Amino acid sequence: MKEGRGKNALLSGRKGFNLRWRGSMRNYWVVLAVVLFIFISIPLCTIVVKLFSSPGPYWDHLSETRLPLYFYHTILLLLGVGGLTVVIGVVTAWWVSTFEFPGRKIFEWLLILPLSIPTYIMAYAYTGLVDSTGTLTRWSEGIFGVAPSGRWVDLMNLPGAIFILSMSLFPYVYLITRASFARQFSNFYDAAAVLGKSHTTIFFRIGLPLARPAIAAGTALAGMEVLNDYGAVQYLGVPTFTTGIFSAWFSLGDITTAIYLAAILMAFVFLLITAESWQRRHRKYTGEESHHHFHRIQPRRSQKALMTTVCGIIAALSFGLPLVQLLYWAGLTASSVLEIEFLGLVLSSFLLAGGAGIGVALVAIVFLYAVRTARRPFLSTIARWATMGYAIPGAIIAVGLLVPLLAVDRMLIDLSQGSWGLVLTGGFFALMYAYIVRFLAVGYNPIESGFKKVGTQVNEAARTLGANSLQVLWSIDLPLIRASLASSVLFVFVDVLKELPLTLILRPFNFDTLATRAFDLATNEMIAESAIPALVIITTGFVPILLLNHLIGHRNE
Amino acid sequence: MKQLIWILGGFLFFAACQSDEKEVVNVYSHRHYDVDRELMEAFTESTGIEVQLVSASADELIQKLSMEGENSPADILITVDAGRLERAKAKGLFQPVSTPTLQRQVPRHLRDDDNHWYGLTSRARILAYHPNRVERDELSTYEALADDKWEGRILARSSSNVYNQSLLASIIEANGIDSAKTWARKVKENLARSPQGGDRDQIKAVAAGEGDVALVNTYYIGLMLNDKDERVREAAESVELFFPNSEGRGTHVNVSGAGVTRHAPNKENAIALLEYLTGEQAQSRWASANYEYPVNPEVTPSAVLQQWETLNPDTVSLSVLGEKNEAAVRIFNEVGWN
Repeated sequence: MKEGRGKNALLSGRKGFNLRWRGSMRNYWVVLAVVLFIFISIPLCTIVVKLFSSPGPYWDHLSETRLPLYFYHTILLLLGVGGLTVVIGVVTAWWVSTFEFPGRKIFEWLLILPLSIPTYIMAYAYTGLVDSTGTLTRWSEGIFGVAPSGRWVDLMNLPGAIFILSMSLFPYVYLITRASFARQFSNFYDAAAVLGKSHTTIFFRIGLPLARPAIAAGTALAGMEVLNDYGAVQYLGVPTFTTGIFSAWFSLGDITTAIYLAAILMAFVFLLITAESWQRRHRKYTGEESHHHFHRIQPRRSQKALMTTVCGIIAALSFGLPLVQLLYWAGLTASSVLEIEFLGLVLSSFLLAGGAGIGVALVAIVFLYAVRTARRPFLSTIARWATMGYAIPGAIIAVGLLVPLLAVDRMLIDLSQGSWGLVLTGGFFALMYAYIVRFLAVGYNPIESGFKKVGTQVNEAARTLGANSLQVLWSIDLPLIRASLASSVLFVFVDVLKELPLTLILRPFNFDTLATRAFDLATNEMIAESAIPALVIITTGFVPILLLNHLIGHRNE
Repeated sequence: MKQLIWILGGFLFFAACQSDEKEVVNVYSHRHYDVDRELMEAFTESTGIEVQLVSASADELIQKLSMEGENSPADILITVDAGRLERAKAKGLFQPVSTPTLQRQVPRHLRDDDNHWYGLTSRARILAYHPNRVERDELSTYEALADDKWEGRILARSSSNVYNQSLLASIIEANGIDSAKTWARKVKENLARSPQGGDRDQIKAVAAGEGDVALVNTYYIGLMLNDKDERVREAAESVELFFPNSEGRGTHVNVSGAGVTRHAPNKENAIALLEYLTGEQAQSRWASANYEYPVNPEVTPSAVLQQWETLNPDTVSLSVLGEKNEAAVRIFNEVGWN
């Protein structure tokens, strides 16, 4: 199934390659990709070059005292969250896209919503549910007459952190995998079902292998998010490698060591991701698009009940319960926090996040299209490299970005003899630039897996018929991957909506977003007060999430 | 692509157009309290000077400030502890400013010896204990928490918290580095659970019986006592407070404070803001809204704070504590206090 098709595609690719080599449009993509790569690399390189210089004065101290523990926590968190998000994300995606069971239509989008809750808010909300003054504690007191003693559920430890992070991150896997199942899977399913294979066999033998690029993409995003998380792990008392970075910088004032640590982190992630894509280098995951109507499978009643129950529990744990807690807090504090300025915050957050979403998607398309049309291995390597920003804590990226931008600013100030201020770093340019560097992976992975599924045959056919690559992109490739494209824009949108460190450091004076507002309150331990901006973030994310769900689901109905 | 260029161009244009000829003061602040915004607005109202604010963590702002160098638009940097102020001073980011008003409004031990920064508000690190499980006369000093009798009974948050760091710095200053290290090791061994959560979580844990004594900042108790959630208020009411060392060197206090930046484009306005923020009006507003101790000796603490025992603050120079902060972090790391 895979190999035969792969060889054909490869052969036709070779022929097409020579043809295209003469086309000027191809150069255009590659040149553009290289230029963008250089821009994105500049801040990353200011970080990575630190690997080759010596670390700061506190390196020895940190590596002797704390780093081993931080590293240990990080590995366990990665494994735990990776495993849990894959299990939850893939199983729910499989059920929702293949079977018909009560509540399926609701779960389709409900399971995306946890993405809109920032991880640190999730951590606060869960603590607010189960601690001694917590909502659940109170309920159980109401029901059973006695309050559960002490910590009846303890989430402030490694398993707790794994649970909380998985609950907010599994939608990455769910969404990308589901888009992949929805696209082309029904052909195989019908064939396998005719051959009398069971659902489970089909899942393991066909579904899982076919969805592998999507699962890898989703898990990579979740893993990178775990690596750069600071707020949640800090609050839950599970210090990780990123805690080490900030401990060097904040507690010891040693930013050189902080950047050195970030560079190590980046190299580590690069190796991991390269290894994964190398491991599946010879496989092709393209297949024929399903053209016929796909009938969802009607499972047995007991199976239906199981699916509804499990999806319900997951939706409750990942979204329902935190939402209840946030709503409870919001009700308490509405009178003191709710202000008319919230409308302004919604607008500025929406524009910023939307702009960043579109910007990142454009850059990702340029990279992927250069890879697709030119088939030069170096291009996919540089594209990989350009997505490394996602694993780096935002605050470090801000530093890596400010170094070159301020140098340019200084030059401009000299050239204009002081009549210009900080042009690049004083406005929104630096912020947008930083979002693209930071979130390219988020926008890149879904589009990449979309392109992988589409394959190149239609593309090549169109080229043979004389269309240029821009026409092919616009009228064939983009429509074909529109679900992936929408995931890409949405992921970045929701991420920017929640984003903190970059926005905090690089924003112009007197510019606030919903996230900075929530943070202002939460950082002062006024967690109840931060619930309202957090809820507005969630609601703001709602519209694009429903839109996206419609785009993915559309194909199936 | 063309559109992208237009968008970028638009951003650039917008950025370039930002400077106009109003009286402004540009503030980099680590204080994220709503009452601060309110005070800045009041300042604008009374002086006509517009306050432009960026708030982020002090460390990030210090880094940004030092990278921007002489081109920095910032006039004033506000942090929430003296250690950060000292760090900014050591990096040469402040300039000395001194006016009779400032000298009068901020006592000597709450400002920099060289007038690089001034305290704005102060907070004490005290003990919250459960009266059923701890007799008041069992408590005396921070040092006494190292005693074996407290094994499995003490609650404290992570050592990455700057208030724990400055407390340990004050112990280093008072007792020497070896003694401070022994103290940190013993207290860590006495902890009821691994360090986690914030100060409010420690107070809740005392109330819920997970531990008996917690190291917390005063203003969190003030906030909890006035929380909208009844259960949180009950938790805060069920603990009692003890101000350690008040019969010796005094209870440890830290300040949130501010300094005028070295290359401040609007230095005069920055000084005006500093004078305003340490003046009576702003000080009493802070005291009542955020339960912080005013630095201005003319201003009395809020009613909530006055119900507690009178604060006898450790008057060791906060500049010295700022210098010792690094040593404190090293000790925490060495004894494995997360």
